Amino acid sequence: MFDALTQKLDVALKRLRGQGRISEENIAETLREVRTVLLDADVNYKVVKDFIESVTLKSLGQEVLSSLSPGQLIVKIIYDELVLLMGSEKADINLSANPPSVILIAGLQGSGKTTFAAKLANLLKSKGRNPLLVAADVYRPAAIDQLEMLGAQIGVPVFTSRTDSAVAIAKASLEHARKNIRDTIIVDTAGRLHVDEEMMREVEQIKSSIAPHEILFVVDAMTGQDAVNTAKAFHDRLDFNGVVLTKLDGDTRGGAALSIRSVVEKPIKFVGTGEKLDALEPFYPDRMASRILGMGDIVSLVEKAQQTFDKDKAQQLEQKMRKSQFTLEDFFDQLQEIKKMGSLSQVMSMIPGMNRMGKIDDVDEKGLKYVEAIIQSMTREERIHPAIINGSRRKRIAQGSGRSIQDVNKLLKQFFEMQKMMKNMTKGKSFSRMMAQRFN
Amino acid sequence: MGFFDKMKLGRLKEGLTKTREALVTKVTRLITARARVDAEFLEQLEEILIGADVGVAMAQKILGVVQEKAKKERYENTEELNALVREAVGSALTGSVNSNGDDPFALPEGSKPHVMMVVGVNGVGKTTTIGKLAYNYKTAGKNVFIGAADTFRAAANEQLEIWAKRAGVTIIQQSHGSDPAAVAFDTLKSAKARNADVVIIDTAGRLHTKVNLMEELKKIKRVMDKAMPGAPHEVLLVLDASTGQNAIQQARQFDAAIGLTGLVITKLDGTAKGGIVLSISQALKIPVRFIGVGEQIDDLQPFIVDEFVKALFEKGQ
Repeated sequence: MFDALTQKLDVALKRLRGQGRISEENIAETLREVRTVLLDADVNYKVVKDFIESVTLKSLGQEVLSSLSPGQLIVKIIYDELVLLMGSEKADINLSANPPSVILIAGLQGSGKTTFAAKLANLLKSKGRNPLLVAADVYRPAAIDQLEMLGAQIGVPVFTSRTDSAVAIAKASLEHARKNIRDTIIVDTAGRLHVDEEMMREVEQIKSSIAPHEILFVVDAMTGQDAVNTAKAFHDRLDFNGVVLTKLDGDTRGGAALSIRSVVEKPIKFVGTGEKLDALEPFYPDRMASRILGMGDIVSLVEKAQQTFDKDKAQQLEQKMRKSQFTLEDFFDQLQEIKKMGSLSQVMSMIPGMNRMGKIDDVDEKGLKYVEAIIQSMTREERIHPAIINGSRRKRIAQGSGRSIQDVNKLLKQFFEMQKMMKNMTKGKSFSRMMAQRFN
Repeated sequence: MGFFDKMKLGRLKEGLTKTREALVTKVTRLITARARVDAEFLEQLEEILIGADVGVAMAQKILGVVQEKAKKERYENTEELNALVREAVGSALTGSVNSNGDDPFALPEGSKPHVMMVVGVNGVGKTTTIGKLAYNYKTAGKNVFIGAADTFRAAANEQLEIWAKRAGVTIIQQSHGSDPAAVAFDTLKSAKARNADVVIIDTAGRLHTKVNLMEELKKIKRVMDKAMPGAPHEVLLVLDASTGQNAIQQARQFDAAIGLTGLVITKLDGTAKGGIVLSISQALKIPVRFIGVGEQIDDLQPFIVDEFVKALFEKGQ
């Protein structure tokens, strides 16, 4: 009882203080902090500016639930956007169906290309492939020796020449691989500055002479503001398929990852995490987002916000249910949340009264899509007051969603039953507490 | 002027401006447009500074200094404001070699051989820098020894050997995987016995967060002191100009472990500005000694504050 009262007071106070919805004013301070955090993490100045602007624009006016401050909510939104931005695509390397598959590795001096080439060969070998390392760095003293030694360590042959040009070595490696039944060629190239015209032309020539199936740009995770320039220049020349972030085992925050993602829309495919030849890992966008935002305070803030966020939503839902104001709109929101949680029947069973409703209990993922489609074909008015859905509305909804009128009827019938059950639920445990118990 | 000729001072500028189309600086453009330190000017100045990896805190500090100076000293034209901004930036680098030209390759009295130890994270260009350093001392007529104490990385010995050959200096090495402290000890002993003027010890690249590897570095330094009390006389940290804010951590950790005496910034021939040295220089009071501007053996230049600050404001690609 007091809880409810306090909450109402909270909401009223929030409105008075202008904290009820996200506005430019009430998140200004948080955004300044986030901006500094991102810049300190080496995210490029312009990227930070654009990123924060677009996130703010998207979130303006968003309702802030009771126990969250607008600042907390915006941090959560920023974190989510960051994860999305860095990992929306699946990031496997491209291999050809007809061997040999050709992988070209390029990057600046000292980014860790040679070590990565050996690590990749090691990884592919452990997956049953027969890689061939190609040493095409004919400039740096002892670069060829280095790759030969690494190749010997992992038991992968190295093809090279002490007299030919890099282009000639790369070209000849194709024939060598065919003859020696090596199914994957990994070509290590010399480190080069993106502004070195002659060297950039060379790597273009290497590319055109071997037609690689995969080109990887290797970049030091400690790189600062210049990451955007180098990534863009290499991308303009080579149109690479993916990025490898090296030396991530240090304490760098790795903002370069975000900078690169925003100037070239190519996924990060691997991260290097040590000098040992098995220290190669896939890229985890959520970990990277946490890292860029800082391991400490902000992440725990985000986590707290996340929890509060979910708790708040559940409480709001509970209140609606008790007043039987549960609408199709809420139902739709719930479906979206449920989709995030995974296993459908498990989550469905948490909703009171749901297990008595045989039909919904065994919906499969496809069935869920149909339900979504039907609800999406309704007007807002219809979702809030489903009682107004008459025959002709049903027909329109069926047509709009590509389902039959029977399907629409069925959904509505189930919904009304659910609503009735929720009304009867005034006694007993609170919904959110039940949810919490199920989760723990 | 003899010294400057030797250093090919012109090449510094050439290296730094290699690909920059126009010499028109952002700052000059800013200032010709208006002659007041208004919010927009400060914002654009901040963008240039942060874009050069100066970092938020240092950029704010510089903005503060510029505002303060403008208020106090006043300026009449763009040239004066321009100078004001450069002065504010340059003041963060006091202690580094200035354009007044004391020879950065001069050897101090009383330490023969003069022993230098070169450290840094992986891939910054330690070995290349050592090759160039050795070449410069050799050219100055010194007897130079290099110790190959990177016994970890594959072919590090071979790489250093090629540089030693190019520079025409002596290299002391052991087999791959041997104790780096022992290599350093041997190098110092034989350098002393063979009347060397300069000894440069290469070390394996290591991330400053690896406790064991930092301990190893301490040991190498201790052992050097045993072979020759007082050695090493110089400990140079090599930083890649394209490194961002993490360079501060690198400098702090290496300094805490073995005490740095100078910095070298490499790869300044790209579009990266290396602005992070402002923070490092201020926080740790370590001078920047040299810069690397290319892969050739004579591409090592003395660090000159004015030139560096000027390049900081030059337009990138």
